[in-house]
Amino acid sequence: MVKVRSALVAVVILCAAWVAQAQEKFITVASTTSTEQSGLFGHILPIFEAQTGIDVRIVALGTGQALDLARRGDADVVFVHAKAAEEKFLAEGEGVRRFPVMYNDFVLIGPKGDPAKVAGSKDILAALKAIQGAQAPFVSRGDKSGTHMAELELWKASGIELDKVKGPWYRDTGQGMGPALNTASSMNAYVLADRGTWLAFKNRGELAILVEGDKRLFNQYGVMLVNPAKHPSVKKDLGLTFVDWLVSSAGQQAIASYKIGSDQLFFPNATQPGV
Amino acid sequence: MRAPLTLLPLALASVDYATATRRIIRGVSTRIDAGPRTVILGPNGAGKSVLLRLCHGLLAPTSGAITWNAEELPGMPRRQAMVFQRPVMLRRSALGNVMYALRHAGIPGYERRQRAMAALARVGLEAHAGSPARVLSGGEQQRLALARVWVLRPEILFLDEPTASLDPGATQEIENIIGALHAAGTKIVMVTHNLGQARRMSDEILFLYGGRLIERAPTDRFLRQPASPEAGRFLEAQMPW
Amino acid sequence: MNAIADGAWQAYGLVASGDTRLVGIVLLSLQVSLTAAVFGCVIGLPLGATIAVTRFPFRRGVIVVLNALMGLPSVVVGLLVYLLLSRAGPLGSWGILFTPTAMVIAQTILITPTIAALSQQLVADAWQEYREQLRSLGESRLGAAMTLLVDLRFSLVTVMLAGFGRAASEVGAVMIVGGNIDGVTRVMTTSIALETSKGDLPLALALGIILLTIVLALNAGAFVIKEAAQRRFG
Repeated sequence: MVKVRSALVAVVILCAAWVAQAQEKFITVASTTSTEQSGLFGHILPIFEAQTGIDVRIVALGTGQALDLARRGDADVVFVHAKAAEEKFLAEGEGVRRFPVMYNDFVLIGPKGDPAKVAGSKDILAALKAIQGAQAPFVSRGDKSGTHMAELELWKASGIELDKVKGPWYRDTGQGMGPALNTASSMNAYVLADRGTWLAFKNRGELAILVEGDKRLFNQYGVMLVNPAKHPSVKKDLGLTFVDWLVSSAGQQAIASYKIGSDQLFFPNATQPGV
Repeated sequence: MRAPLTLLPLALASVDYATATRRIIRGVSTRIDAGPRTVILGPNGAGKSVLLRLCHGLLAPTSGAITWNAEELPGMPRRQAMVFQRPVMLRRSALGNVMYALRHAGIPGYERRQRAMAALARVGLEAHAGSPARVLSGGEQQRLALARVWVLRPEILFLDEPTASLDPGATQEIENIIGALHAAGTKIVMVTHNLGQARRMSDEILFLYGGRLIERAPTDRFLRQPASPEAGRFLEAQMPW
Repeated sequence: MNAIADGAWQAYGLVASGDTRLVGIVLLSLQVSLTAAVFGCVIGLPLGATIAVTRFPFRRGVIVVLNALMGLPSVVVGLLVYLLLSRAGPLGSWGILFTPTAMVIAQTILITPTIAALSQQLVADAWQEYREQLRSLGESRLGAAMTLLVDLRFSLVTVMLAGFGRAASEVGAVMIVGGNIDGVTRVMTTSIALETSKGDLPLALALGIILLTIVLALNAGAFVIKEAAQRRFG
């Protein structure tokens, strides 16, 4: 008898909570683990919510997974960082329009011992060649994320055919940025990371930034409303409010004001042409 | 208005019971009528317990027929009952166990409680009504089992060696209660291996040997002058001298 | 070892400060897992008891499958429920993906086989003892199943705790169907996973210690109640 009663109470509580949620104004935004783990959303979303009363729910996945989530209609907005994948998304008719929002850069992280001797270099392609040549341990995210796609493009640009030279030195972990950094830290391996996640990462061990500043390490973030014509459940008005805010001066300022210590993590560039 | 049909008489016709390895009951045919107290006697392995369970419906015969005079309807309180050598009590109070027997009786909770208390008083356990049934002694639990029977006033009560695990004092109490049940109108069919108890507690004896019903006779005659050689050997073996 | 000491210290600090986000996460964890445990018991206990006392074709096959489902990986359940609740899936129109409701559904599916399989075994063992007496008293098979569930209530408390424990400790299912959304579907286990992946190991450990303490307290409470009740009812 007690069991039945408490089951009914639980159902009532759940229903009440569910109803309350359904009545709240909220949107589901599919974004990347790197953006979330950098702490950016914790900083800018309260500003947006205070201004508009819209609750932004971030589901953080790799870029590839985030776009797939949107293709199934489970998100209202996507906010990721892999231009080629985003444009494919648009070409499929899954998104309405792409707006550039902000950029940061990738950095090559590695052990202070630096077996491939790449520290201080400004040439990422040369550094990758050196790492492969030295067969030094390298951790890859391997998860269709923006960072992973950027990493693969860089290997290709340096003339290395990964499939041919992959060996025990190349550790394909299939994980998000944080876990990949954890793995690299415990193995003293090289890893390509976005600066934002690295700055927020606490378990550095022997790792440090070894290569940075190469123009090819530029990492652009874009936002898109998921196409309501294809997915009728998309919250078009609320989603557009968020997209518009991100590229507005209020949103861009919020992004610029996010710092860890004195380091700014993301640089707003909605008005920059051609990104 | 017609009186409801009684369960008895119970007719057994060429009843067989066999497991994969052996035949336990062979071709038993007899009739059990209301009235006399019946005791089933026989050596170990004769099939007494199995025969009892066949009659009560816990086992189904592999051939032959067991036919009651009336059908028991499902969902109604049982008109038969059985008491086992070791009573099985639920993890509730003594009162709760007796009330459990009345759950299908269609009477309101207050009346169930009253009837259960009366049954407990009848067997001398009213002081233990609130105690957990499982902490009672063997004799007390067997009395509780009889209270559970009493509250139903069944037409027939099967008992499978009800006092085999009890001391003489407890045995006496159990026998008294069984006698009271009989006096109140319940037919008694009991299995025992104790001849003294058989003499005290029965009006007729069914003698089972090797799964067959060898002999059936009034108690006095059977014990003084058994007609069959198997019965004769059995009785001799039971005598201490 | 240092990390654990750090974690323990941080745990104490978090609890002492009454951090509101932590309180919210703990309450959500308990809400989701306790609700799943209740539903799991409401479905699993009668299911296990019924299988134990009834006869039907392929009964033994059903028991084998039920026992095997105890080892169902939580990520697999999460994936299946996600595919069901996704907008692209059959139940997408319910719109409950990424809500605590979806998490409760996933956890209930995860733990019901465990509760059913364990209660099946307990009731089947007891049935050997009770079968003749209960049938003698005119009990139907289903009625006997329910009577045995009540009679075995003390042993079944352990089964219920096993179900709750599995729900409270799993991360794979709630991560996928809940999305680990801050303030909405973030629970203790997904928080620990997140802080670990951010490299904040002391905080992750602190949360782990808090989670363990809560589950331990619940188990201790259940044990005390069970002992007291057992003394009363034998």
